[in-house]
Amino acid sequence: MPEQDQYKELEKEISLDDVTFSDLEAKYTVNPDFGLDNFIVVDGAPIAPEAKIPILQKVLRKLLNTVGEVVEGDEGIYMPLEGGKSRGFLFVQYKTAQMADAAVQQLNGKKLDQKHRLLVNKITDIEKYGVEGNVPTTFQEPQIPPFKSHGYLRSWLMDEQGRDQIALHFSETVGVYFNKKKNEPEPVIEPRKGFTSKYAKFSPKGTYLFSIHPQGIQCWGGEDFHSIFKFIHNQVRLVDFSPNEKYMVTLSPLPITLPDDPAERAMFPFGPESNGHKLVIWDLATGEPARTFALPPHLEGQKEMPWPLVKWSFDDKYCARQGPGALAVYETPSFQLLDKKLVKIDDIVDFEWAPAGVHLFGTKSDTGEHVLSYWTPESTNQTARVALMKIPTREVIRTINLFQVSDCKMHWQDEAKYLCVKVDRHTKSRKTFFSNLEFFKLAEKDIPVEKLELKDVVINFAWEPRSERFITISSLDEGSNNPSVAKNTITFYAPETQTKGRILSTVYKSFQEFTGKHCNTICWSPKGRFVAVGTISKSNGELEFYDASYEDDKHPKGSNYAKLLKTEKYAGITNMAWDPSGRFVAAWSSSWAHTIENGYRLYEFTGNLLREDLIDQFKDFIWRPRPASLLNAADRKKVRKNLREYSAQFDEADAMEADAATREAILLRRKLLEEWKAYRAKYAGKSIKKNDVQAEIIEEIKEEIIEEKEEVVE
Amino acid sequence: MRPIKLMGHERSLTQVKFNREGDLIFSVAKDSTASIWYSSNGERLGTLEGHLGTIWSIDMDSETKLCATGSADLTIRLWKVETGECVFTWEMPSPVRRVAFAPDDSRLLAVTDQVMGRTGTISVFNINYGGDYTQQEQEPEVVIETRTDSKKVTVAGWTANSEYIIAGHEDGSVSKYNSKTGEFIQSVQAHGIHNEEKVVSISDIQFAPEDGSYLITSSKDKCAALIDVESLEILKVYKADAPMNTAAITPVKDFVILGGGQEARNVTTTAESQGKFEARFYHKIFVDEIGRVKGHFGPLNSIAVHPDGTGYASGGEDGFIRLHYYDKSYFEFEYDTERTERAIASGTT
Repeated sequence: MPEQDQYKELEKEISLDDVTFSDLEAKYTVNPDFGLDNFIVVDGAPIAPEAKIPILQKVLRKLLNTVGEVVEGDEGIYMPLEGGKSRGFLFVQYKTAQMADAAVQQLNGKKLDQKHRLLVNKITDIEKYGVEGNVPTTFQEPQIPPFKSHGYLRSWLMDEQGRDQIALHFSETVGVYFNKKKNEPEPVIEPRKGFTSKYAKFSPKGTYLFSIHPQGIQCWGGEDFHSIFKFIHNQVRLVDFSPNEKYMVTLSPLPITLPDDPAERAMFPFGPESNGHKLVIWDLATGEPARTFALPPHLEGQKEMPWPLVKWSFDDKYCARQGPGALAVYETPSFQLLDKKLVKIDDIVDFEWAPAGVHLFGTKSDTGEHVLSYWTPESTNQTARVALMKIPTREVIRTINLFQVSDCKMHWQDEAKYLCVKVDRHTKSRKTFFSNLEFFKLAEKDIPVEKLELKDVVINFAWEPRSERFITISSLDEGSNNPSVAKNTITFYAPETQTKGRILSTVYKSFQEFTGKHCNTICWSPKGRFVAVGTISKSNGELEFYDASYEDDKHPKGSNYAKLLKTEKYAGITNMAWDPSGRFVAAWSSSWAHTIENGYRLYEFTGNLLREDLIDQFKDFIWRPRPASLLNAADRKKVRKNLREYSAQFDEADAMEADAATREAILLRRKLLEEWKAYRAKYAGKSIKKNDVQAEIIEEIKEEIIEEKEEVVE
Repeated sequence: MRPIKLMGHERSLTQVKFNREGDLIFSVAKDSTASIWYSSNGERLGTLEGHLGTIWSIDMDSETKLCATGSADLTIRLWKVETGECVFTWEMPSPVRRVAFAPDDSRLLAVTDQVMGRTGTISVFNINYGGDYTQQEQEPEVVIETRTDSKKVTVAGWTANSEYIIAGHEDGSVSKYNSKTGEFIQSVQAHGIHNEEKVVSISDIQFAPEDGSYLITSSKDKCAALIDVESLEILKVYKADAPMNTAAITPVKDFVILGGGQEARNVTTTAESQGKFEARFYHKIFVDEIGRVKGHFGPLNSIAVHPDGTGYASGGEDGFIRLHYYDKSYFEFEYDTERTERAIASGTT
């Protein structure tokens, strides 16, 4: 064997003492903690004499196998003995660390029988916390990070001209601007490229701006829109807020998985109890998760997710989730189930909270009661039902029974004085549909319900804000479905007082109808009176502006006369929105829907086009919402009285603004012209070649016989 | 402004051009026939027949004696304009995308495409005016190959003194080469930096009509750029909302005209008004859009301005050439700033 000989030769030459094996040692050292993750310690087991140990082990193994697979034989379960008896604890080895984790989660605290409760811990945890000195015995005050001021979060409201802010989202960029009517919006911050991976959103009162990223959600605020919080939620898709922006709800299609690395786990916002959950409620004041939920099983794997999944009472005090056949109502801030019980409602389809405190007849509460409405469909021996429930008492305060119902939509009036339930009903043959409107009058005694029976199908319904008037878009269902025939009707309704004997009651009467429309979208001004009705469709978009309280000589104040102020064509329109002050309507064509004429248009409330901007890959136009006004009724009256004075001031400011804009444009042009002349001066006299065309004009006269006519002259 | 419609091509126009006097319009299209038209009335003077594929480009010398066409049939043909006969044919290794005579008429450049495994080049040929023009050298004098730090050349043109070649590249850059030696001088990223468009290929390059000291490039990135020839500095950027195929600088008035539109493959899905098939006029100095001229029902592929500044011709994907002569209001249009400037100038002199 020549090779062996060679080796021996080599061995002679090299002394083994000179060789260091530190690299190899490092490579093959065994981590003493390695594999310990599979082990758990079970304490609290019965103390049994040696003879009975096999039986005990069998029982325990059976239990432990329910959450994973315990390693076979003695290596799986080791029970130390002392004095012929077991000592009440045992060591268990699972096949994988995940199984051990599951055992800790599911079996800790499990009652074996009356006397024995199992305490299950991971062996690594015992080492970590059980060894003396590992956990300090003296209390160490946790370090509270110093308070960091985020500036005044509502600074935009202090704008002297009371302008509204808008966020414009185009291609990958989001910028926040002040609306300057006709003129180019004034940037508040430098528009940010790659601001969000999906969309941007303001919180309901406008305090924060949110951007969506694959890692989670980023919250921005303050005058300079600096980062305030990061909410880690992997692959988050949907976001919603409680009405008072105390809480945020996020949903991700990916379940939360705890990182394996303990260091990362310490930074991770969720505890082991959130493992596998997809829905998170966050506390916006602290940036910490308040509660996490798994997705209800009937929603798993569904493509179209109903959103929001969590609905809030008007004051953020309660929130509710709908599950199959039950409603889960939670109290804030603990997010524990109200009275630790679900509200069982068989077959519940949908529910809505009252958007404000409800002042029921005969109750004297300043803020009003929490009320929610829900409906259940028809089933055998059971009519469809719409009901109102008081929370937290769960008392059903009103129910109505309906039949031949195909769908219900609940529309609360914004002050929660009325609830309109739009009931889509079908004829017995189920071939044609028509609608009923059921009005619950919550402020009156016993909550009377008034019914408005229509021949048409109501496509859309909207209450005028802070009013008892509403409009509907409806069409007669004749079975034929030709989309090119404009057959939609806009109807304006107002309450009318009727006296039946001694009883006063109000009924809803239509006072104006506009027929032959294509429209499908209703947008009331947030201040009422004016309404924009839109046609958002693929072929012919259109906007119509109505004044629902038009006054002239024939129609005195308070006579309920609606007038079409203006019709505007907008082919590419995909969305529309009023500004929070009710002065402007923005309509835009988003590249999320199509790539035709992307950009936005800004209209006055009367329908006058103020500004049109075509922006490549325009995506979204977001008005920054405003919190409720601080003015009380008296203040408002005063403002209204002096309106003429204020309006003069505003006109002046507008004129100055316009002047400034023109002057700026002229100055800029002058500068550009100067620059250009300076540039051209370099080439003056250097003209290389004159266009020395020697033109010679050749005129050619062509005669052509167009017509020949022969006339015989007698 | 009623246009004259020149209907003679059966397929999309690829280039239109006025001769130096402006009395003739030369046009080429994908139908392999070049046409020559009277610009005064739109009558067709004749056709140049012989190519076997799409003709991508046409150019004539300053005296309109010769005219050259570059085609996808791998040839460049030289024509005698007077008779319409083909006097010479250069065989090229790949399709010819652009031809251009040097301002001194001594040479011709040809841009060959980077396809079929060939490297894209700019080839420069000497033009022999002796005899009956048929005695041309088959081999180019200079060949400039695509640089390794750049993408292929899409368009090219000559500087006014015939010394340099300015080339537009597929990656949106504009570079300058010595036309005698082929040496690379400098380059600038002119497109793909003004927005986030992914396709930024330069589609046209045209020089200032007064002295060729600056040029305009149009690009698929929906912009056009005005660039100084000497320093390659970007002077102005004109932004549109559709990919631009062509751009021209107008004489007399300080305007530029841009043409383009939704890509042909997306056109069928949109209505005419949404396809953006309009010639757009911008103020050259103020960069404002002044107006648009409608008419084509496909993207505009090439715009040429009349050398006297009295009109322009546009060739579209729809197969038509529309020849426009400006109305009086066009010449009267002025910004207040320009008017005061002129008043001051005339007052002082």
